[in-house]
Amino acid sequence: MSTKDRTLRGKVAIAGIGETKYYKHGQAPESEFALALHAIVNACADAGIDPRQIDGFASYSNDRNDPSRIAAALGLPALRFSNMQWGGGGGGGSAAVGNAAAAVAGGVADCVVVFRALAQGQFQRFGTAPPVATASGDAALNFPYGLISPAQRFAMRVMRFMHDYGIRHEAQRAIALASYHHAQSNPRAVMYGRPLTPEAYDASRWIVEPFRLYDCCLENDGAAAVIIVSADRARELKPRPAYLLGVAQGSEYRNAARSHNAPLYGTSSFTTVAPQLYEMAGIGPKDVQVVQSYENFTGGVLMSLVEHGFFAAEEANDFLVPDNLLAPKGRLPLNTSGGNLAECYMHGLELVIEAVRQIRGESTSQVPDAELSMVISGPMVTPVSSLILGGEATL
Amino acid sequence: MTAPAAYYLPAGMPAPVPEPDGLDKPYWEGTRRGELMVQRCQKCRAWQWGPEWICHACLSFEVGWTRVDGRGTIYSWERAWHPVHPALKDHGPYIVVLVELPEAGGIRMLGNLLGDPRQVVTIGAPVEAVFEPHDDAKVPFTLVHWKAVERSRS
Repeated sequence: MSTKDRTLRGKVAIAGIGETKYYKHGQAPESEFALALHAIVNACADAGIDPRQIDGFASYSNDRNDPSRIAAALGLPALRFSNMQWGGGGGGGSAAVGNAAAAVAGGVADCVVVFRALAQGQFQRFGTAPPVATASGDAALNFPYGLISPAQRFAMRVMRFMHDYGIRHEAQRAIALASYHHAQSNPRAVMYGRPLTPEAYDASRWIVEPFRLYDCCLENDGAAAVIIVSADRARELKPRPAYLLGVAQGSEYRNAARSHNAPLYGTSSFTTVAPQLYEMAGIGPKDVQVVQSYENFTGGVLMSLVEHGFFAAEEANDFLVPDNLLAPKGRLPLNTSGGNLAECYMHGLELVIEAVRQIRGESTSQVPDAELSMVISGPMVTPVSSLILGGEATL
Repeated sequence: MTAPAAYYLPAGMPAPVPEPDGLDKPYWEGTRRGELMVQRCQKCRAWQWGPEWICHACLSFEVGWTRVDGRGTIYSWERAWHPVHPALKDHGPYIVVLVELPEAGGIRMLGNLLGDPRQVVTIGAPVEAVFEPHDDAKVPFTLVHWKAVERSRS
């Protein structure tokens, strides 16, 4: 069987999407597990299926909500697939969809839910240091120098990339402004009604150079879920199917070499992943109509877009201006729900949901006739992942 | 390579402890002697940092340790302002540098950049290692920092 035959292209679709209300971190009125259940039940309602048709689960980033407990809670007749993508951060968002898709396409399961739930008030926040007195392993080479949080871990990758290509801070600013702009049309967004101006961005405090406050994602409570079924099954359901055209995960050569020794340092980790994605989908960057690119930090989005071929690094200052990034008419509408910066930090699963809404024509910042919609998950971590969804016409 | 009068960061930061499996023990023992030890494959002579059990170049398990002189150039840097650890509250900004060691195959090492935390930092600028012993710690350890050197000495 050639590589070409072993494709997921067009074999499965996202047939349902579900979310809870999105809350500021620590403000969810329910437990994290209850939030996960709500999102899953909501996704089933959206798809028009009984939750008891679910037979598998996929998640990522060490989600705390055990699929076996969910299956028991929901009274599922049989659990056939339980999958966790390795790696922290949001790098597994698209990969979890891909893992679920592989299970469905391969006949391992019929109806797999991809979910992510976060209630950080009940657990440790990502952006603060765990209260540890000692550090061992790679952490011993990082933590004693105050190199602890995700922002601190990734700032030097972006600093080097911006240095190599002469990229100005305005490029990062344009990414933040696009997310906030789109959030103003999205009543679900945590930052709905709280617009961001260039002046407010410029006046915001440094978190760690080169990241200002508005270059950094939110941290939120809530849950999100999507339902993966075969393409044939999706056509029988009510929502317009968002077909999976391509999905890829991984990272380039020695990306995780300890003590920041990745040979290619200024990277979002997609230089080998993006070509795999386009090969499976059978399209190129010029065909993509709308992109949801995970913003842990705006500098990661910048490198992600370069590595997915939307522009060369040398063109970043010219391409990354707000007009190019705004729906409906920008060259590359970006993060059209507000994304991790301004809709909700649901570890990027909200970006998958927004990519589906674009295919359905239901986004609050809709790109006209969107048939090709991309998600880029979790820059700068490893493994990362990305996917492309398409409407019926793209099959 | 003299020890600074005070520690660069406040007391209470996470203290490094060698890994229980012994992988990085030669590095941490070396810092206590004022020596910078990194891995170099005994078979193919490839440099390697951070430590690993196998040589990434030739897959030999005979990865040895070699002393390097602690001179390099700034490969990247960051200035952290937001205090993420309780010990950093009210401390103000500090600088972390990633230093490339051209004489050790271009491996990179981390540390703080000594001196004014608001100084201008230049990628490519020469630096040298400075040892910061924490003899008063419950389990004594030594950190490795970096300080700028004149270009004529590089």
